[in-house]
Amino acid sequence: MSLMRILLIEDDSEAAAYLVKAFREAGHLAEHAADGLDGYGRAQEGGFDVLIVDRMLPKMDGLSLIGGLREQKVETPVLILSALGQVDDRVKGLRAGGDDYLAKPYAFSELLARVEVLARRKPASNSAPTTYRVGSLELDRLAHKATREGKEIVLQPREFRLLEYLMKNAGQVVTRTMLLENVWDYHFDPQTNVIDVHVSRLRGKIDKGFEPPLLHTIRGAGYMIRDGAR
Amino acid sequence: MTALGKLFRTTVFKLTLAFVLLFAVGAALVLGRVGWHVRTLVDDQILETIDADIKGLAEQYADGGIRELVEVVERRTRQPGSSLYLVANFSGDVIVGNVKALPDGVLARAAALETSYQRLDDPTKRRALAKVFILPGKYRLLVGHDIEEREQLRGILARALATSLLWLVAIGAVGGLFVARRVLRRVDAMNATARTIMAGDLGGRLAVNGSGDELDRLAQNLNAMLDRIGELMSGMKEVTDNIAHDLKTPLTRLRNEAEQALRGNPDPASGRAALEKVIEESDGLIRIFNALLMIARAEAGNIEGVVDMDVAAAVRDMAEMYEPVAEDAGMMLIVEADAALPIRGNRELIGQAVANLVDNAIKYGAPVDAAQTDDARRTVMLTAHRVGEVVEITVADRGPGIGVADRARVLDRFVRLENSRSRPGSGLGLSLAAAVARLHGGALRIEDNQPGLRVVIALSPAAPSNQAVTAP
Repeated sequence: MSLMRILLIEDDSEAAAYLVKAFREAGHLAEHAADGLDGYGRAQEGGFDVLIVDRMLPKMDGLSLIGGLREQKVETPVLILSALGQVDDRVKGLRAGGDDYLAKPYAFSELLARVEVLARRKPASNSAPTTYRVGSLELDRLAHKATREGKEIVLQPREFRLLEYLMKNAGQVVTRTMLLENVWDYHFDPQTNVIDVHVSRLRGKIDKGFEPPLLHTIRGAGYMIRDGAR
Repeated sequence: MTALGKLFRTTVFKLTLAFVLLFAVGAALVLGRVGWHVRTLVDDQILETIDADIKGLAEQYADGGIRELVEVVERRTRQPGSSLYLVANFSGDVIVGNVKALPDGVLARAAALETSYQRLDDPTKRRALAKVFILPGKYRLLVGHDIEEREQLRGILARALATSLLWLVAIGAVGGLFVARRVLRRVDAMNATARTIMAGDLGGRLAVNGSGDELDRLAQNLNAMLDRIGELMSGMKEVTDNIAHDLKTPLTRLRNEAEQALRGNPDPASGRAALEKVIEESDGLIRIFNALLMIARAEAGNIEGVVDMDVAAAVRDMAEMYEPVAEDAGMMLIVEADAALPIRGNRELIGQAVANLVDNAIKYGAPVDAAQTDDARRTVMLTAHRVGEVVEITVADRGPGIGVADRARVLDRFVRLENSRSRPGSGLGLSLAAAVARLHGGALRIEDNQPGLRVVIALSPAAPSNQAVTAP
């Protein structure tokens, strides 16, 4: 993933320092605003690929900040961080104009994966291609058909959606919770690694008997579809 | 505030007083009307008598002239207790009669009138109803009737009214005070109990005397409320104890890992492994916290995101999600649901509750005997049907089941039965499912599947009761 400019609006300076450093190590550029007003001003000036906004901020709370930006037609993708993390808080956050929501405490790998997906979504949002292609794997969204090296792969509807989501974010890490949210539309935490079982089935269908493998497990983070030859 | 002042300020006393006043006004109106009617009735009768008298005398006059009239009048006036008679000529000079001293001008016009008079043989001034009639030849004839009796009747009525009103107010006030004191005593007792409860005696309950009146019902409801609060508090205490106990284990492990890594050889690979283990343990702790928070919020009824949803669809989602998991575990997950089961509910929570039950069934629902390979015994049945008014979700397996003694206990937080302790899990899955069922106006039942375990979540199709319902 190419360099992202991230504005982190967060009043906990220790957490912010850690995140700025972690983003730098991941090859991105993160700036920090310590309160809502400062964050609002800088977000309005633009130039960021993603905003990460804490819900509870001094001077201006996170949801008002997002609402204000959306009113000003600032459409930079926003990820909301919240210590609340319940289903209904999530709904409120997204309704206020947020694009994604992550409850504290979270793994940095989860945050990174979500921010990268958000940042890339921006230009492609209104013109999603009808066909995704990764190596010799092709997915035709209109015909609802997947092929590898020209051979049709028979997929269950949910497997198709899983593959579609992975291919839409090809080259990027998607976490298990992202898959659960986007493919199954549930946000709870399944106790067993349900997602792993589904991914391994999908892998059996698209990678078995083909070279090179395309669906990779990223340790400690999630999954990624990627052309191995690249 | 004095005891009496307190009595006067009670609602009961004020109400009694208001009713007494209302009743007094009513009684006065009724008695006044009766008095007025009696008076007009009496007046009418008197006037009728007078008219008859006058008619008779006029006839006497017509027959025998003034002499005859004077004679008749004289005869009549001699009878005791008679009416009043007076005959005068055109200029008002008295010819004959038993009355003296009539006010001026009384005889001037022919009319009915009320006047005071004095009999010739009695010096007291009395009142009379009289009528003046002008005979041909300009003689004036006055016939009157004493009305002292009528006046007396009026006096009696007025006195009766006054005394009865006095009694009414007195009895009302005393009765009001009496009733108010009784009520006040009970309310005071309730207040006293409430104060002792506030002061810390949480076992205290309001006295119920079994009369079933409104104060009794109030006391019963307040007691029920206190019971519920007590339950919640003891639940809270238990949870706190459990949390303290059950979080100590993973926290100790976490600490040990970190300590071990510090103390051991400075091999970077093993240090890394230790850190990964630490993160894993922390994630486990976070998961437990999230589950606890979710249960707490569901139990408090403090959940938004209640929408029109389809239970059947959520159940099918979960079946689809867990089907491969079951297969990997060598089990078969069979789903059977009505076409649509619309309710008002929280889709996420119901999904999670079903997921927890299915997950349990897959983990613990295999037959105990490992050699048991009969396919029918390795199934998990997930069904969702409407049963009467209620929507029931059932997860049934053919495993070892749960003994009757453990069925209530297993719903408590962190409870894990002996045969599951060796496997991963937090002991919160069933608690959450039960809390979700309660939130949706239903309950979770644990039954015997003969053999195996059957867990039923019953959901009320109406909106969850004890909470604000908001649109998504």
